[in-house]
Amino acid sequence: MTANQVALSYLLASVLFILALRGLSHPLSARRGNLLGMFGMALAILTTFAISRRIDLALGALAVGAVIGLIISRRVQMTQMPELVAAMHSLVGLAAVLIAFAVVNDPAAFNIEVPIPGGNRIELFVGTFIGAITFSGSIIAFGKLAGLGKYSRLFSSAPVVFMGQHGLNLLFALFMIGNGLLFFLATPDRQWPPFITMTGTAFLLGILTIIPIGGADMPVVISMLNSYSGWAAAGIGFSLNNSMLIIAGSLVGSSGAILSYIMCRAMNRSFFSVILGGFGGAEGAVAGGSEQKGVKSGSPEDVAFLLSNADSVIIVPGYGLAVGRAQHATKEMANKLLKKGVSVRYAIHPVAGRMPGHMNVLLAEAEVPYDQVFEMEDINSDFGSTDIAFVLGANDVVNPLAEQPGSPIYGMPILEAHKARTVIVNKRSMAAGYAGVDNPLFYMDKTMMVFGDAKKVIEEIVKTLE
Amino acid sequence: MTGAIDHTVINLTVFVLAIFVGYHVVWNVTPALHTPLMSVTNAISSVIVVGAILAAGSRGGGTGALLGTLAVGLAAINTFGGFFVSQRMLEMFKKKEPKRPTSDSEPPTRP
Repeated sequence: MTANQVALSYLLASVLFILALRGLSHPLSARRGNLLGMFGMALAILTTFAISRRIDLALGALAVGAVIGLIISRRVQMTQMPELVAAMHSLVGLAAVLIAFAVVNDPAAFNIEVPIPGGNRIELFVGTFIGAITFSGSIIAFGKLAGLGKYSRLFSSAPVVFMGQHGLNLLFALFMIGNGLLFFLATPDRQWPPFITMTGTAFLLGILTIIPIGGADMPVVISMLNSYSGWAAAGIGFSLNNSMLIIAGSLVGSSGAILSYIMCRAMNRSFFSVILGGFGGAEGAVAGGSEQKGVKSGSPEDVAFLLSNADSVIIVPGYGLAVGRAQHATKEMANKLLKKGVSVRYAIHPVAGRMPGHMNVLLAEAEVPYDQVFEMEDINSDFGSTDIAFVLGANDVVNPLAEQPGSPIYGMPILEAHKARTVIVNKRSMAAGYAGVDNPLFYMDKTMMVFGDAKKVIEEIVKTLE
Repeated sequence: MTGAIDHTVINLTVFVLAIFVGYHVVWNVTPALHTPLMSVTNAISSVIVVGAILAAGSRGGGTGALLGTLAVGLAAINTFGGFFVSQRMLEMFKKKEPKRPTSDSEPPTRP
């Protein structure tokens, strides 16, 4: 293949990647989009094999990776998607670092001049440190999402904070950049020490920057790491002068950045306040301190009675639904209600769950038709005319305190469940939500609390409905 | 004006334009599909497998080839895992469309 043919086939692959993302604008076109993405990837890989000097090693590794990837993609549960995505980010990050090391080791294999030109060195430095931060940061995020907190405090879903944390991070960042400069200035025989030190520091920084961020800020973190993995790929593309890598990397990078922005907006918090961390995690601190207010609690049978006598129900799913894997039971309950002539809809807050779109996927898995599932802006005005808002394991996203100036979550857009005629809340306990703020919704006269694991409670409701 | 355009400048041009494309395409993604979006972009970012294949194929073998081979394996997990898990998810979003047009039982009424 000539260099031009290669460049053209890479261009085609890049266009296919863009079309893959474009397809995601609607559930109906999304599948075709994903297929186009696969074609693009296949084309990119085949083209590269065609120009590679030796393919046996790569082919073997590709086959092994493919088998592992396929098995994972079959076995993973939809509730585990956040962990899976975090784990995958870390793989991209590590791969980027390995490639950068291979480039420094033997630039000629990539058609780069020896010694490596200054421009490429800067690009290598940037690609490597972003890759390294993505790798170690994603491992921490994975641990937090997979609940590995019991094995190491590093993975604790509560923020890990200590004195002088930000100063220390800054120091490490400067040290890393300093080594990058040394790498830029070094002669070929002296380039390894600064390059390795730089990479090591970046690994450390990845860990340190993610540990202070608490569990429910994970939607932002995971989007941010998604973005980083893209920038790392783009950085490698710069060092290899490969436009396709740059295009693919930038698409991913901007996608992750936009998702982070959307998540921050949905929590009314600035990106920097999330990244600096330390928010939330003081679980139940406020709730414990407040005076014992009256809570009306009911049994699943009571709930079943209320639901079957309603005309309209809006279900508000939250992280509790994911933890309890209650999506199938919920769908069964909804079916029973629909048969009784009750209108059932679902209201999704953008940050419900642990990653963007988490609830939508769970409901889709349970075969809830997506025309029953509504985004916050589309359904919020309907709560006032709805008989029952059934809150399933959500807390902060329905907290009316967000409308009161002075409260810690003031200004956060919420689902207005409190406007429904009756509110039913399923929670495991009275502990405060992630923000550590008590929720007045639970104490309203029209609210009935039903305590227990989401799945068990709903299964009992289903039984009673029969 | 003298001299040829530097590689870095060409790369930068591509980079900036691609960010604009990404920005506009991603804002059009429906929020319901944000999780598949993440897994698809994840699969796409594993296109660095291309760089890894070149590394694994370096003539001398040795360290570079070893690093490259390892990187191919890691990136391939992402490529295949990412695209196929996305397909699995999107399959779920598709399934119910023909089954239940909103005409029968209780269409969600909007006051």
